[in-house]
Formats: sequence, C-alpha cells, structure tokens
Amino acid sequence: MLRILVERLRQGRRTLAFPPTSSPLPERFRGRPVLEAAKCVDGCRACADACPTQAIILGGVGAGLDERLALDLGRCLFCTDCVDACPTGAIAYSAEYRVAASQRDDLVLRGTSQKLAQAMHTRLRRVLGRSLRLRQVSAGGCNACESEVNVLNTVVFDLGRFGIEFVASPRHADGLLITGPVTENMRLALEKAYDAVPEPRLVIAVGACAISGGPYAGHPEVHDGVAGIPVDLYVPGCPPHPLSILDGLLRLLGKIEATA
Amino acid sequence: MPVGATCIVRQGKAVAMAAVTRLPMDDFRRRIAQEVAGRRSLMAFFGVPELGGVVRLLAVLGNRDRGELELLSSEARDAYPALTPECPQAGSFEREIAEQYGLEPQGHPWLKPVRFQRPEPGAPSVHGADGAQPQPSLPGVQEFFTVAGPGVHEVAVGPIHAGIIEPGHFRFQCDGEKVLHLEIALGYQHRGVERALVGGPSKRTIHQMETLAGDTTIGHATAYCLALEALAGCEAPPRAQSLRAVALELERLAGHTGALGALAQDIGFLPTASFCGRLRGDFLNLTATLCGSRFGRGMLRPGGVGFDLSAALVVDCLQRLDTLRHDVSGAVRLLFETSAVRGRFENIGTLPYDTCMQLGLVGPTARASGLAIDARRDFPSGAWRVLEVPVATCAEGDVYARAQLRWQEMQTSLDLIRRLLEELPAGSLRAEIGSLGPEAVAVSVVEGWRGEVCHVASTDAAGAFARYKVVDPSFRNWAGLSMAMRQQQISDFPLCNKSFDLSYCGHDL
Repeated sequence: MLRILVERLRQGRRTLAFPPTSSPLPERFRGRPVLEAAKCVDGCRACADACPTQAIILGGVGAGLDERLALDLGRCLFCTDCVDACPTGAIAYSAEYRVAASQRDDLVLRGTSQKLAQAMHTRLRRVLGRSLRLRQVSAGGCNACESEVNVLNTVVFDLGRFGIEFVASPRHADGLLITGPVTENMRLALEKAYDAVPEPRLVIAVGACAISGGPYAGHPEVHDGVAGIPVDLYVPGCPPHPLSILDGLLRLLGKIEATA
Repeated sequence: MPVGATCIVRQGKAVAMAAVTRLPMDDFRRRIAQEVAGRRSLMAFFGVPELGGVVRLLAVLGNRDRGELELLSSEARDAYPALTPECPQAGSFEREIAEQYGLEPQGHPWLKPVRFQRPEPGAPSVHGADGAQPQPSLPGVQEFFTVAGPGVHEVAVGPIHAGIIEPGHFRFQCDGEKVLHLEIALGYQHRGVERALVGGPSKRTIHQMETLAGDTTIGHATAYCLALEALAGCEAPPRAQSLRAVALELERLAGHTGALGALAQDIGFLPTASFCGRLRGDFLNLTATLCGSRFGRGMLRPGGVGFDLSAALVVDCLQRLDTLRHDVSGAVRLLFETSAVRGRFENIGTLPYDTCMQLGLVGPTARASGLAIDARRDFPSGAWRVLEVPVATCAEGDVYARAQLRWQEMQTSLDLIRRLLEELPAGSLRAEIGSLGPEAVAVSVVEGWRGEVCHVASTDAAGAFARYKVVDPSFRNWAGLSMAMRQQQISDFPLCNKSFDLSYCGHDL
C-alpha cells in the first residue's frame, strides 16, 4: 500500500488543463491546413493529383480566389502528399487542433478560417448538456481512432470531469460515436446499436473513414462512412488528435463558445 | 525449374516469378509438411489466380537458422487435398484460400469462412453452395461448434464489445463457469484491402498500409516499403533505416505499455492502469515528435523516411526516453511486485509450447511460451542487420509470462533506441525508387509489436501488383487465444484476451 502511494506521488499529477494553457502539441503536428490560393499557379493541379483521397477541390482558371482552392477536411488524411507536391507553398499545416464541425459542408476549408462545431440546440442541451453518455462503435476502424477516443479516459484528458462518459450498452447511451468506414460486415450491428439508443440521440463521426471512407472510400466492402442517419458532429483526422475530439465534444455540449 | 530445386529469397531481394519452385501437388504438400515438422515456419500460404480458373498456391517457408525464405508453389483448380490435417499451421491460410478463390481444401477439419468476404470475381463460393449460408454471408451467422450435456450452456459476445475496441464475435461453450471451447468469428472489419492492392501501387497504397492495423502503422509500412524496394531494386539509405528502426521500437513501447496498463485495468489494479495510460501516450507523443503523428503516419515512405531528426531533437528524445524509462519502471514494478496481481496473472490462460509450435504462433505470445523467434534476429533487414537483438523468452506461457515478457521487450527496445539514436548514420533520407521489376516476387518480414508482419508482393508483366499478400501477426495468433481459454473460467476471458492483445482489422484486412 505504501509503495503504491509513493509511486503515485512520484508519477505526479498529469491531467492537462482544457482548453490547454500552453500547447502540448509537437512542432511537427499537422493541424488544420492553411490555404493560400493567391499562391496558386494557373492550371496547376499538383496538389489535387497527389492527394490520395480527392480531398482537394480546384476551381479552375478564372475562378475567384475563394473558389480556386478548397480542401475537404472530411476526406483529408492530414498526410504530406499535397504539401510536398505544391511548387509554391500554397498549402501548409498549422498547429490548430480545433477542427470539428456540425455540418458536413463546414468541413470544406477555404483560406484559413473554418466554421467550428456549434452547440446542440437548447432543448437538447437541457436533456444532455450536463451529462452525456456515449456508446462507441467501431465499424471497420483501424484502431487508431478508437485508441484516440479511448485516450480521453486516461488521467491526461480525464473526460469524466466534463460530464461525458462512454458506456457499454447503447440503451444507456445518449448517442453513438462511430469510427471506421462502416464495413458491409458491420452495417447490421451498427444499425441495431443505433436503433437501441433512446431518443433524442446524437451521432458523432470521428475520423476520415467515418466521415468519407478515408483511404478505403469507394471500396465495395465499405459504405464510405456514416450514411443514412443524421450526424451531429464531425471530427476529421486520420486519426484526429484526442484534443480535437475533446474540443468537438465540448463544443457540441456548448461548453466552449465558437471561435474560428 | 526441376522438381526439388529450391528458390531462396532474402529480405530486400526480389526473384523472378518464373524462378519460384513449381511442384506437383503431392510433392508440394509433402515438402511443406516435412519442412514445418523440421521446425521451419509457414510464413505465408496463399492463392494467386492464373488464367483458366487455375489458382497457383504459393507458400513461403522460413528457415530461421539461416535467415532464408523459401518460395514454392503448385497449381490447383476447384479442389486439392488439404494440408491442415498434417500441418495445422496451414489451417487459417487454407480457409482463406477457400474463401477468396473458391478452392476447396478437401479434408480440412474446420472449413469455415475466415473473414466473410465475397469471393474474388469469377471464383465460386465454397461456403453456401449448399444453401447453409445466407447470401451475402454475415459474420457470426454460421454453425458454431456446440457442446451438449447437463450444465452445458452457450455464451455469445459481440460483435460490439463493452469497451472502446474493434468488433468481433466470441462464442463460448461452457460447463458452469468453465470454458470447454471458444470459437472466434471475425471479419466485421473487412475493408477489402488485398483486392484493392491488385494493379497498384497507387497513391493510396501507402495510406492503406499505414491503416491496415492502425496501431501497427510502422510495422506494416516498413514491410511494404521493404517489399517495394526489393521489387524496384533499391535500398533505403542507412540513416533512413535507423530512423525506421527507432519508429518501430517506439511503436512496440507504446503497444506494450498500453497492454500492461490494460491488463492492470482488467484485474482492477488501478495505479498501474492509470500510470500506463498516460505513459503510452507519452511514447506516442515521441513518435509525433518524429513525424507529427502519434501513430507514425507519414514516417515511412518507399525509398526511405519522410522525416529527419536534428541533433537537438535526438538529444531531446534521449532525455525524454530516460524520464519515461524511470516512470514506466516504477509503474510496472508496482504491478509485478504486488502479490494480488501475481495471484491473478499466474497459471491463467496457459498456452503450451507445443500448441504454439503446431499453430505457428508468433510474437510475444510465442516467446512467452518458450519459442525463441523474432524476425529482427531471424530475418534481419535494414538496421537490424547490424544490431544484435536479445530475444527474451519465458517458459510458462500464462498471462503472467505474456505480461512479464512485454516488460522485458520494452527494456530491450529502450536500449535499442538509445543505441540507434546515438549511432545515427549521416546521409540522405530517401533513395530514388524506380519502377517495379516485372513478373517478380518479393517477401518482407518485420517484427511488429504483436509479432511477425509478413508481406508478399508479386508483379505482372507491366510491373504492377499482380497479388499482394498481407499476413498480420493477429492472423496467426487468434487461434492461440481460443486454445488458451480451454478449461479456464469464463470470467478470466477479458484478462486472457488482453494478454494476447490482438488486432481485429489486421486479421480482417
């Protein structure tokens, strides 16, 4: 017993303040991309051609500055293929971990700003705002998104302090947090889990796979992510950083106010 | 090629597809059974479709004493006599061949779908021809092995489990609390990776490799890069090889730390569970310092690596590793020195040496049962050719041994990273990788944190992938968990499961 206490003291307090007071992210962290369409050379398609998931939308010659270059965070793997391919440095990664959005369209990035996730409406907030229970379902996820969700339960992120908890049964849950491209082999189980969650219920899609199919988009074995049910929160990334997921959850609950 | 001649490949070298030994089916089967009985490992065994409904069966045998990989093949059509009765290592491989190509291994004792994937285009389905399988087949919807008798009951778990983990279905046959038999039905995570790789590599390939099993990004990406470099006839520069090895060991440290924490969690020993939860993240953060991603995304690229370490970053990493070693030692020592923990870990889920041998298990699971196998030593590639890797083993094969072994391997990894970083060679990070040689085949083997990751890539006349076979260590090791659960209390299943700590998507592909 004494040994446990001594070790506990030695390991120290490890919980991060949230929102973090100083950045816990490494220098090379790839957060929300910054697009500078003004740097684009007319007719250049290098970034779009290099992108493995067709995340880059080019407006073509004559398009306005805002239309010239856009990036769909829902498809983005946050890899370096476009950055490496661009001859003029029009795409760069920032250290911005806040990337969650309420609408699928809000994940399409133009320039530097992004409309971040909004709080759920007041009536729902009255029911779920102070105590949110979620059931996680992995439907073809590679265990990276799952791990980053799981990490929220560690002492570092201490999810419980925000009134959020992951539960075993969908019947005890207020919503589903879905990862993976939704494989055909998991479709039925996911549908059953969704039906078992009492209303009102939330759906949260975490990771490129759950939003768009990620690197598996277009495979006949998968359904390119969550489809056919309304999604309340999208957290892009491959996988998203735990801070991105936490930030999204707290925005959804209205515990963080929107700043772009 | 004359019958009986051997085709030896080494890591990093491709051979012409025409040089692969072709044997009549009887000789092919006899050779494999003999070699495996003589302690060779069946590293991979799979089908390659050819014209006219013929499927070429290709086997990779590993000779660990000599670091050699032997390729042999035979042709089959519709059916062939199964190898599994003589060579249980072939069990899952033959089920996979049957499922993918509709080739029936006659006499296979356990011919069930392995991941419930649709057969390759044009191939018949060996499952459901008699209408026993609903079409399209669903994982978990199948005849399970059952036990009858007084007091015997069945427990079904999954595909969705209580925690935040991947899906799979477990069907227990129990006599009271005692498990008589556990059958594991997987396939829920099947994303069609191998099928999509044919015709590649494409710009998506490396990203699919990095997410084959997302917590083994470095393991699979290394195996892919090695196979590709062998086919292109190039080699990553020494600095890149060392950085790859550093990333591989960091992945092992994160995986093992997580597994030890989860074991502590499962028996309610919360101090170590909580410490290790944080420490695993710190190892992931080190990987992120290297390449910006906690899972090593972007670190490996064909021809080399995507990121370098400056001298200042090397110093920073070494300092952080020292602190981590100190903290993780404290957390783990607490675990092993607590008698209540030993009481829960010892003599639970024991897997005998012979079972491991027969089933061809790999990685920490095999080493905890006394098998001294480790691809870093047995089939060295890259930086491992010059680094000596001590291979730790335990004799007991129980949960305690699997936990203890992970801790020993973590200490080795910490030493190896220190050596690799202190002796980091100078030079470039990436070699130019040209087009892939046509009609060639290359094999790569990497010791991932769960065990041997084996990739076999073959090309067509244009130098595109004709077949790309992935063997994740979990594909081998799930069978071990079934065996370890026999005669155990069903309440010990979470603990046993965690002590194996296997991947679902790595199995399901």
